[in-house]
Amino acid sequence: MPAKVVTITSGKGGVGKTTATANIGVALASAGARVVCLDADIGLRNLDVVMGLENRIVYDLVDVVEGRCKLRQALIKDKRLPELHLIPAAQTRDKTAVSPKDMVRLAEEMRPEFDWILIDSPAGIERGFRNAVAPADIVLIVTNPEVSAVRDADRIIGLVEAEEKGPAKLILNRVKPEMVRRGDMLATADVLEVLAIELIGVVPEDDTVLVASNHGSPAALDGKSRAGRAFRDIARRLNGETVPFEDVEGGDGLFGRLARMVRQGGQV
Amino acid sequence: MNLLQRLRGEPSSAQAAKSRLQFVLVHDRADLPPGKLEALKNDLIEVLSRHIEIDPRAVQISLTHERNQQRLIANIPLASARARRRPLN
Repeated sequence: MPAKVVTITSGKGGVGKTTATANIGVALASAGARVVCLDADIGLRNLDVVMGLENRIVYDLVDVVEGRCKLRQALIKDKRLPELHLIPAAQTRDKTAVSPKDMVRLAEEMRPEFDWILIDSPAGIERGFRNAVAPADIVLIVTNPEVSAVRDADRIIGLVEAEEKGPAKLILNRVKPEMVRRGDMLATADVLEVLAIELIGVVPEDDTVLVASNHGSPAALDGKSRAGRAFRDIARRLNGETVPFEDVEGGDGLFGRLARMVRQGGQV
Repeated sequence: MNLLQRLRGEPSSAQAAKSRLQFVLVHDRADLPPGKLEALKNDLIEVLSRHIEIDPRAVQISLTHERNQQRLIANIPLASARARRRPLN
């Protein structure tokens, strides 16, 4: 079966697109699928360092598109997971070096060789975003439970629909359960109500993600990481499995129960 | 937020975030920023005043979003109607 193309995008920068791409890629490849992660953030490449493959780059996306090398030569094989590959972005060019048509052509060339093509989109709504979304079968929008990030996600949902790539699915990243319980962070239900979008994953804020990126070894490789587990769940849902959503925000302490009692006027 | 704030029934910062989001998204989706809505309201008052007597201060205009439907809601009390009702009370 030819590969499905999944684009991970967000509008706002810094919400965890690259982390999500690397981790979902690792999770899918761990389950035995043939995966290629493509960094579409030309000029600001980062997927290579998050995946820990930065030392092995020879050619990049722009080299392939401009015919300086074969696709095969730009594919970096991950040594930990033989079915995981990376096509890095060019670092010294900009988004206009590639067109949406180039991306569609490249994806078509890769489809027969893989099960999944994951595209890490740059932030923004300009050319880089359109490049990343052009070949997509599925679009995943990453956001954080924060007013600015959710607002940008709403804008992206509209643009994805305008490109006829919707409906997109949502990854709510960096949720702090404590803060949600305290009433100081938007809950998953709030974000879903505001955005009217289907959820594919809730990822808790987790120090292991930063430690993992320090080492270039995505958290999904670590069986003990909570965030890693959330990303593996997302991969399973992409595969069509029904995976119940872990109650990241639950586990009410005394304080939460008391607060709810007060809000509801004494009724428990 | 702390327990005291909660006991006083103050809205949590998450609730504040949600209502601010809802407000900003309604305007984003309609591509009609709040300032423009105010200008629209003033124009509306001007046009309506040419034909009927209204109380400009009582005019309310707002945007809502329900079930994928953007709606502009104007609430325009007629001054003359209120004046007529007054002697009855």
